[in-house]
Amino acid sequence: MSTDVDSEGEFETSSGGFDTDSLTGVGLEWTHRTESLFHAVLFGASVLGVVVLAVLIVDVILDALTGLAIGLDPVTFLTQHYSNDSSQAGFLGAIVGSVLLLFFTFLFSFFLGVGTAVYLEEYAPNTRVTRLIEANLTNLAGVPSVVYGLLALGVFVNGLRMGPILLAGSIALALLVVPIVIVASQEALRSVPDGMRNGSLATGATRWQTVRGVVLPSAMPGIVTGTILALARAIGETAPLLMVGTVWGLRHTPGPFDRFGAMTTQIYQWAFLPETELNFLAAMGIAVLLAILLGMYGVAFLVRNKYERSY
Amino acid sequence: MAQTDSLITTDVSVTDRERTSRPDETVVRADGLEVHYGEERALTDVDIDIPERKVTAIIGPSGCGKSTFLRCVNRMNDQIDTCRIDGDLSFHGKNVYDDDVDPVALRRKIGMVFQKPNPFPKSIRDNVAYGLRVQGKTDDVDARVRQALEGAALWEEVEGQLDSSGLDLSGGQQQRLCIARAIAPDPEVLLMDEPTSALDPVAAAKIEDLIADLAREYTVIIVTHNMQQAARISDKTAVFLTGGELVEFDDTATIFEDPDDQRVEDYITGRFG
Repeated sequence: MSTDVDSEGEFETSSGGFDTDSLTGVGLEWTHRTESLFHAVLFGASVLGVVVLAVLIVDVILDALTGLAIGLDPVTFLTQHYSNDSSQAGFLGAIVGSVLLLFFTFLFSFFLGVGTAVYLEEYAPNTRVTRLIEANLTNLAGVPSVVYGLLALGVFVNGLRMGPILLAGSIALALLVVPIVIVASQEALRSVPDGMRNGSLATGATRWQTVRGVVLPSAMPGIVTGTILALARAIGETAPLLMVGTVWGLRHTPGPFDRFGAMTTQIYQWAFLPETELNFLAAMGIAVLLAILLGMYGVAFLVRNKYERSY
Repeated sequence: MAQTDSLITTDVSVTDRERTSRPDETVVRADGLEVHYGEERALTDVDIDIPERKVTAIIGPSGCGKSTFLRCVNRMNDQIDTCRIDGDLSFHGKNVYDDDVDPVALRRKIGMVFQKPNPFPKSIRDNVAYGLRVQGKTDDVDARVRQALEGAALWEEVEGQLDSSGLDLSGGQQQRLCIARAIAPDPEVLLMDEPTSALDPVAAAKIEDLIADLAREYTVIIVTHNMQQAARISDKTAVFLTGGELVEFDDTATIFEDPDDQRVEDYITGRFG
């Protein structure tokens, strides 16, 4: 030890020959400046997305407000069906169509997706076949949505002669989101610590009791969040529904076995028609779509909180 | 193996002599037990007779196969794909690796407590009742829950908060909750895999006190890193050394005061491992 100790045995502060000038004025300014610059660039990159989103939303809201200003009535818009007269045209059929599509998409994709994820994570042996299935599921999650529309058109609409009905549309959307639900559920199941499984098995539970009693409840917040995000993607899809065959100008409230339209396809139609008033209708439609999306995220948030509190 | 205690030899006459010299009934017996993980050998020719309603401690350096042995008893090693088991491991004379043994039924007789407390994200009541529910013992759940919590010395601390989450308890309380969960369905054997190593000394001391009480009703097999703990709480001690070899198994006092094997003495006194 090189610490100086004086005669009373007290410690004494000593520079010990250390040159304190080496801590000051060493010309690191340029290094620090490039670092600040780099920070600024990274910050700018991350803010860019938010700015673009904000511009989009403001643009849509301005268009929708302009629509209101030229005398389009929001109550008419929400309670009436499609009409060629823009002042009488409404969005009701499209809203009901989208909600029904979403409901059946959820029904078809949730149980299939969660079931597959449970099998792959909790039961499947770690073989080459399992790995092949998992790799293909990841690939499926990246397939363009229009392809699923073509698949549904070929197999369900024409092949099984379902016709272009709402159920066929929701099958197309379910095919689209099942891989996403599977991958999200797998992530959620993987995040459940093995200690939980071991604790359950060692208490004399069967594997299924372990999955149902401990693993699934623990993973459920993640599964629900993943599913709602997947459904949020489904409600914003246009291409697969166009492929299945939607109605131009929906003048009725569709049921599961009826020809159908959705908010996205209606917006698409309005946006491409030449009359300016119809473009404002499209903007109002987008505002409704965004509001419903926000509602879904809200539900996801509430459900997740409820599950977390019940622990 | 020549110098190891007579208890771990497999000669029938010696076993008979053991029976007469000790009133203890053997509950778990290993006979030439060998375990491989893939190509790697984790246990080498282990012979051991574990007596009923005693605390048997298993000590040894890291990687000596202590936990592997423990996980053989309730077949938790079945979860590991690469694990291969040879030799016999019997529970009340029945080889638990026989084809007709259902590991789920076995685990209903042999409870387990793990190194890291692993309560479920459920209420305290549901944690303790979990084993009862999965085993179909659904009559009188509340009374059994209370009895198990009392048995785990946790009842007084959680009496008024049975509906709050088991995850809100402290680490030591969580571990006692896991003990309550393990004993609620009333198993015969309680396996404990380093149950205090993740706890602070005060919480660990509570668990140690509890183990002595548990041994009145259950056969306790406890793996521990901590030699002082083994000396304090166990009736019998088995010393495993590197390579998965059971070097010596005897009364705890003998192991710590007068072991036969030089390697055990070296390990106990800190010269080895």
